[in-house]
Amino acid sequence: MKYVLILGAGSDIARPLAFLYAKHGYNIYLASRSYDQLVRDAHDISLRFKVDAQAFKFDAADVASHQSFYDSLPYKPIGVITLAGALGDQKQSEQKFTDAKNVIDVNYTGLVSIIHIIAADFEQRREGFIVGVSSVAGERGRKSNYVYASAKAGFTTFLSGLRNRLHSAGVQVMTVHPGFVRTKMIEGRTTPGIITASAEDVARDIFKAQQLGKDFVYSKWFWRFIMMAFTMIPESIAKKLDLK
Amino acid sequence: MKVTGWGNYPVVEATVHTPSTIDDVKKIISSTDELIARGLGRSYGDSSLNHTILSTLRLNHILAFDEQTGTLTCEAGVSLAEILDAFVPRGWFLPVTPGTKYVTVGGAVASDIHGKNHHVSGSFSNHVHSFKMLLGDGTIVVCSRTENVDLFWATCGGMGLTGVILEATFSLIKIETAYIRQRVIKARNIDEALDYFEENQHWTYSVAWIDCLAKGDSLGRSALILGEHATKDEVGYKYRDPLKIDRPFSASVPFFFPDFVLNTYTIQVFNMVRYASYFSRDSFVEYEPFFYPLDMILDWNKIYGKRGFTQYQFVIPKKSSAEGLKTILKRISESGEGSFLAVLKLFGKQEGILSFPQEGYTLALDFPLTQKSMNLFTELDEIITHFGGRLYLTKDVRMKKEIFEKGYENLPRFMEIKRRHDPQKKFLSLQSRRIGIV
Ligand SMILES: Cc1cc2nc3c(=O)[nH]c(=O)nc-3n(C[C@H](O)[C@H](O)[C@H](O)COP(=O)(O)OP(=O)(O)OC[C@H]3O[C@@H](n4cnc5c(N)ncnc54)[C@H](O)[C@@H]3O)c2cc1C
Ligand SMILES: NC(=O)c1ccc[n+]([C@@H]2O[C@H](COP(=O)([O-])OP(=O)(O)OC[C@H]3O[C@@H](n4cnc5c(N)ncnc54)[C@H](OP(=O)(O)O)[C@@H]3O)[C@@H](O)[C@H]2O)c1
Repeated sequence: MKYVLILGAGSDIARPLAFLYAKHGYNIYLASRSYDQLVRDAHDISLRFKVDAQAFKFDAADVASHQSFYDSLPYKPIGVITLAGALGDQKQSEQKFTDAKNVIDVNYTGLVSIIHIIAADFEQRREGFIVGVSSVAGERGRKSNYVYASAKAGFTTFLSGLRNRLHSAGVQVMTVHPGFVRTKMIEGRTTPGIITASAEDVARDIFKAQQLGKDFVYSKWFWRFIMMAFTMIPESIAKKLDLK
Repeated sequence: MKVTGWGNYPVVEATVHTPSTIDDVKKIISSTDELIARGLGRSYGDSSLNHTILSTLRLNHILAFDEQTGTLTCEAGVSLAEILDAFVPRGWFLPVTPGTKYVTVGGAVASDIHGKNHHVSGSFSNHVHSFKMLLGDGTIVVCSRTENVDLFWATCGGMGLTGVILEATFSLIKIETAYIRQRVIKARNIDEALDYFEENQHWTYSVAWIDCLAKGDSLGRSALILGEHATKDEVGYKYRDPLKIDRPFSASVPFFFPDFVLNTYTIQVFNMVRYASYFSRDSFVEYEPFFYPLDMILDWNKIYGKRGFTQYQFVIPKKSSAEGLKTILKRISESGEGSFLAVLKLFGKQEGILSFPQEGYTLALDFPLTQKSMNLFTELDEIITHFGGRLYLTKDVRMKKEIFEKGYENLPRFMEIKRRHDPQKKFLSLQSRRIGIV
């Protein structure tokens, strides 16, 4: 009766990821705001892989609902993967704090809330894995998306602290750093083809790294080195660049 | 964005809509004058091209499966690869499969695809119970052998020209293992090859690879490959779970790999090697290299470069197959326009109104798109028409209207149904315009 809970399952990465877990015998909980879509997805997964798959309504920003959401799961999961994220519109975020706040809540605050609830359960059970999908964007601020990026930076640091806390309980905490991924988040934007991963690529990288018990994974792998180089540029120079 | 078929020619600038719900499909259709549906774009030419394209790739859910009967209902954008992935480990296989698993169910119905078992199992539509489609006026209809019968038969093989297939219900077949018992028989020439086909009709799968450059007495020299789904008893002792093949493809699969060097000399050498390396005792191979040798090299179509390539596939009725094939093979071998992939198959009866298969033999040949090969095709067209044959629409990119009309004798019936159900002429492709379906 192993269940994996996917938060933000409306993401294009969720289905290929759920397929991999289901193929390896895990049951699936899909949770995000687009409930109707998740019901279809869950039905499809259960038919493909003969596992139990269920859909739940979940809003990362609605922190008051998080405890009852977790309590409502029929079986407690063995692992959780958060895909929830929102890029928002940088310009809007600069002009309207409510917009910036929503970006921060979905990418950071809301996840702190739900993950702490789950972490407490896993810590007590002394088992489980927590996979947080952050972003390479969090490694350096750029004028084009720094509200989103700073929330991701907070999330990355949160996960590393949590990893330290849960290590002794035997709970795996893994941070995922995707580069560009061809999903609806960046639809219509042109990104360089060769460094843009497909949702399937990222799902495969996440699954593999999690199963191997890793602490973090870059997807695709070369982003680790791209970011290494990028963060080495001195701030005095970086601030003058037209970073998109 | 720029869109093209498998042959990389032509490339068109198109608006591509990728709806994820039926409501969105409706909206797109009602707000567009003219469009064509597209699945995974494995048709070679311009069948799934137009300036507005409706991609089904987000309509890709499995909707129902009956474990007792193997009846599957899924959305049109589900690929055959996904079906294999989910159902082979549970003992089910596709009733009909083309030479690549990267095609959608919608594409399988629309091209009424055939496999190496056509002489036994017919084409894909033979296994389709029903499908749901969206017409140009926004209505959704269910088509089957008893409901909307004319639309059913016009849509199977209808190349997307009657409407958008949304979901289909069809049967999978039971298998005991994921392996194929394979037998290879060498044939010294085309007559021998055809004899072997006839003698071995009881084999579920049969196909011959022809060495196109052989001449004279050796014309049509080939290797006939026969296959049956292996039973548990045949292979069971070797594997813990004979339905599961977990490791990814490796290059050491017991099947040859096409070598993609395209000048005549290397093709000749390659064909010789290929010819000599066959052995003729039964062996067991995984289903993937048996059915999908080319899928192991993703994007192998790029090898031909920007000028593109095509597959020339035709069928000639049985009574004149031997003579027709000889005439054509002779013409090709004289031309020196080496085609490294020459595949011969035996067909049973035709299914849909515009379906390609008809009782006889079909030959498929890959060619780079050059002026020289284009001239050769024009000559071959005449020979094929002369022998009462036709070309496969899903592979075609250059056939003339006249040749199409001569080959497809049921065209008037198709046009009558299309006009009735698509009076606004919403569903057209570049191909349909070229061959006069407007
Ligand atoms: C390597 C290779 C081997 C092949 N081997 C074989 C073979 O052995 N036998 C065989 O029969 N074919 C074979 N084919 C051809 C292939 O099976 C067909 O072209 C098939 O239709 C491709 O499916 P697709 O999803 O890629 O469709 P596309 O190429 O995207 O579209 C093909 C046609 O189907 C229509 N269509 C697609 N989806 C829908 C829908 N939902 N509703 C209405 N119309 C739709 C399109 O309008 C178009 O006319 C092969 C192709 C390749 C590349
Ligand atoms: N695409 C990229 O290039 C890229 C790069 C780096 C990192 N990432 C990260 O990868 C993750 C997946 O993103 P994606 O690319 O797949 O984008 P996506 O398709 O937009 O997926 C993000 C998902 O988050 C969910 N979500 C948004 N707000 C939510 C809320 N309040 N509560 C719960 N769920 C919410 C949405 O599902 P619902 O609408 O159903 O709620 C949405 O489908 C995100 O964390 C993203 O930041 C993406």
